[in-house]
Amino acid sequence: MRSVAWKWGGGSVAILVAIVVFIVPFLFIVFTAGKTQAEASFLQFSWPTEWVFFENLATVLQNRDWLLVRAFVNSTLLTVGAVAIMVVLGAMVGYVLQRRKSRWNPLVNSLVLAGLIIPPAVVPTIWVLQGLGLFKTLVGLIAVHVAFGLSFCILLFRAFVATIPRELDEAAIIDGAGPVKLFFRVVFPLLRSVIVTVIVVQAVFVFNDFTYALYFLPGDDNATVQLTTFNYISQSVSSFNLLFADVLLITIPPLIMYIFFQRQIVAGMTSGAVKG
Amino acid sequence: MTTVTAAGRTATGSDATSPPTTRKRKPMKSPYPSWFFIPAGVFYVVLFLIPTIASFYFSLTRWTLFDVEFIGFDNFVRFFQEPQLVTGFVNTFIYAFLTSGAKVVLGLLFGVLLSSQIIGRGFLRATIFFPVLVSTIGVGILFKVLMDPFDGPINQTLAVVGIQGPAWLTDPSIALLSVALVDIWKGVGLATLIYIAGMVAIPQEYFEAAKVDGAGAWNNFRHITLPLLRPATVTVVLLSLIGGLRSFDLIWAMTGGGPGFTSDVLASVIYKQYQAGFFGLSTAGNVVLFVVVAAIIFPLSWWLNRKEADQ
Amino acid sequence: MVPRTTRRSIVALGAGGLALSLALAGCSAGDSESDGGAVELSFLVDNGESTVATAEALADAFHEENPDITITVETRPQGADGDNVVKTRLATGEMADLFQYNSGSLLQALNPDQTLVNIADEAYVDKLDENFIKSVATDDGVYGVPMGQSMAGAMLYNKDIYADLGLEIPESWDEFIANSEAIKEAGVAAPIVQTYGDTWTSQLFVLGDFNNVLAEDPDWAEKYTNNQAKYVDQPAFAGFEHLQAAYDAGLFNEDFASATYADGVSMVATGEGAHYPMLTFAASQLATTNPEAADTVGSFPIPGDDASTFGLTVWMPTYTVFVPQSTEGAKLDAAKQFLEFLTTPEACDIESEANAPQGPFVVEGCSLPDDVPAMVSDLQPYFDDGKTNLALEFLSPIKGPALEQITVAVGSGITSAADGASQYDEDVKKQAQQLGIEGW
Repeated sequence: MRSVAWKWGGGSVAILVAIVVFIVPFLFIVFTAGKTQAEASFLQFSWPTEWVFFENLATVLQNRDWLLVRAFVNSTLLTVGAVAIMVVLGAMVGYVLQRRKSRWNPLVNSLVLAGLIIPPAVVPTIWVLQGLGLFKTLVGLIAVHVAFGLSFCILLFRAFVATIPRELDEAAIIDGAGPVKLFFRVVFPLLRSVIVTVIVVQAVFVFNDFTYALYFLPGDDNATVQLTTFNYISQSVSSFNLLFADVLLITIPPLIMYIFFQRQIVAGMTSGAVKG
Repeated sequence: MTTVTAAGRTATGSDATSPPTTRKRKPMKSPYPSWFFIPAGVFYVVLFLIPTIASFYFSLTRWTLFDVEFIGFDNFVRFFQEPQLVTGFVNTFIYAFLTSGAKVVLGLLFGVLLSSQIIGRGFLRATIFFPVLVSTIGVGILFKVLMDPFDGPINQTLAVVGIQGPAWLTDPSIALLSVALVDIWKGVGLATLIYIAGMVAIPQEYFEAAKVDGAGAWNNFRHITLPLLRPATVTVVLLSLIGGLRSFDLIWAMTGGGPGFTSDVLASVIYKQYQAGFFGLSTAGNVVLFVVVAAIIFPLSWWLNRKEADQ
Repeated sequence: MVPRTTRRSIVALGAGGLALSLALAGCSAGDSESDGGAVELSFLVDNGESTVATAEALADAFHEENPDITITVETRPQGADGDNVVKTRLATGEMADLFQYNSGSLLQALNPDQTLVNIADEAYVDKLDENFIKSVATDDGVYGVPMGQSMAGAMLYNKDIYADLGLEIPESWDEFIANSEAIKEAGVAAPIVQTYGDTWTSQLFVLGDFNNVLAEDPDWAEKYTNNQAKYVDQPAFAGFEHLQAAYDAGLFNEDFASATYADGVSMVATGEGAHYPMLTFAASQLATTNPEAADTVGSFPIPGDDASTFGLTVWMPTYTVFVPQSTEGAKLDAAKQFLEFLTTPEACDIESEANAPQGPFVVEGCSLPDDVPAMVSDLQPYFDDGKTNLALEFLSPIKGPALEQITVAVGSGITSAADGASQYDEDVKKQAQQLGIEGW
């Protein structure tokens, strides 16, 4: 009885709150994206007098020789590349850091925190990238994102590796697994829900970033999706309708990705229950 | 290898009850090898540590990007003379503690709620995460409109029930709090996600055992969920506090530190110096900010992790 | 010297470390070298819709005349982010072959002598207005060519309200306040529009008053650069004083704290507001949101205390094109050809067509089309009578970066005019020290 009340009552209340707090702002974005430039410039929360939603989407897509499409390709490559490297390398560090007590740990821990605290030094980083021949390349930007994102990954992995019983490691070692096999075959799969969490969080960060892309990957051929929003904000004339059409276009794909990935977290939950 | 083993044998040779040599061998061939640090370390050192150390040098210079002149600690002196510094410090602490506190509490609440069996769970998980995905610039413009004191939907709704809403972003006394609210709105999805991951990591048998013991929902939460969510809590606390202390992008997008200078935080003061082309000065400001944040985060992290080890 | 050594050692350290990534980095930014006489130039402009449209129209027209040269337009954000992108790319030698940037004090911060190509010896420089040349020159060279018109910092006003209430254009501050009070009395409109939702719009009372400052003290700009003239003292203090006076008299629109620039332009256009101190580039916003009001929104100079100083404060074209020193060889020749093209009447006509004109051209032989909006045609008499002065940012390299926040604080009643002016003097001092100007 109780759980039924919770299921429906709690759920309904939560849905109601979510609609007010989260859907209303979303509607504003949709409405504005559907207006003409003149109407949108007043930034009012109102039903558009004239719906030009699809025209606006088309304009945004075609603007500047399909810049947005190129930007999507770039952003996707960037996000996939950076997040994949970050997750594997970060998991390796977080795992050893949690499992093994050594005198290096305090230093590594401090460096991890420092990585979260210190903002990037733009110009010196450009010099390093130029020295490596990676400036203005996607690979260079991926490397920068990896360097700045590692700390977060390590922190999260270190926290969650603690929940994996050590007995599993020991069993695997007795079965003759070497360190690499132990990590990639035994531990890594057990980190599934954390991995998905890290992937989601970091993918959002990398995908949504514009500062690094702005400085480390200049040039329209290399544009990332967030940089396209700049095209619609200017001091003298702003096109808020196109801006929000752009925001919608670049927010929906990651939202679909998220819905897919959060299923994976739930999947982790049920499979964990079965194992238990 | 052999010499060590041999030495091990001689050392323990007379003691027949001692376990086999594995314990002695462990430091040499650990299942947790140090080289796991190396690939990550290369990225970190080359693209983060070296540029950061280089920038520390620039904090001692007058730097226009084209010219560098060594001026010792003048930048630090000037930074501490910034007229907005005191407001900046106070605002930074208010903002950071408010947002991170709220993210921990609400994140925990939503995390537990959205891991339980309620209707519309998938929908709710997607909606609560949606703001995380919207770019900061978009969020800034969005809430400038929603919080408009005259035709903003928030105040219009309040007016319907007879409340005169405040000038959210333009009243100097509440502008910062309004931005903090939006920050919570935007960031709580992330905290919730980490808590959901934490909930998933709790083995179900704990709850089953508790069920056998006849424990109620509150007892479950108090004695199983809360302690076992500790890693998630530590992560959320550290991340949101660091984020809050360093945060300026949302403040920048919504109030620009204004009206006037009333919602400036340390990071926005520094950002304005950077924008103005005072690169040496803003680097010095970043060093100061780093020291301040480190002075809070390092002891806190040590304390949180020590408690974890105690368990 | 110093950064160079640091840089080299960093690179040496780094090169050892990332061999792995280097192997992955198969591709690198391809340099489009000229083959068979064809040259490709990149042209970095800000991403304002009108800037991009103008730049692309010019690039196409130029390509038509010079089929060997193709110009590709690249964009960057506007505002301070954009400034930093330009500085970063110049400092690291990665600038596009041509770029658009501001003239005046912002240009001076780019160290033009070290980073830009000097065009002082080119014949087409003679066709440029003397004041414009001043705004793109240092002691050692001339660096830029305009891509647009000059403009004025003026009081935009609604002509219908003036006609209905029988008001005259005010030539002194007192007359202006009297007009504003009359409008307030009549209750038809907000007498003065302020839009602090976009902080930059708050500076006009101070910056647009500069004609009056110079009319009173012709050497003020020079004294200011030499640390001898301050904003806390008259005549420059008047700008701050007027801002506070207008706030104290309750003449602003009710939503001044949250209204935006777009709101402001629309308010004067529709008659919700009577006056709006603004740069005349507002013509292009007006053309977008209220095209029907092109003849309703007029302009007059921002009045000072003394009617005898009544005249316009003029801004040189904000769109100016420069060539960085990293452009060499055939590309440099092609880039210079493009600069020359920008000084032809043909280029000027393209500019007026791509974007609503905002003021007179500064290139000999160029003229505005006949159908310019009223706010621009209203400026002409002052130019004809020589009742103009340049804005301070074209006469001195020092402009404090915090002015917009300070003027918002003064205009919102948070700070008094006197405190605001002294805060700004501090801000100016910081900037001057940063630029290494003598006497600070």
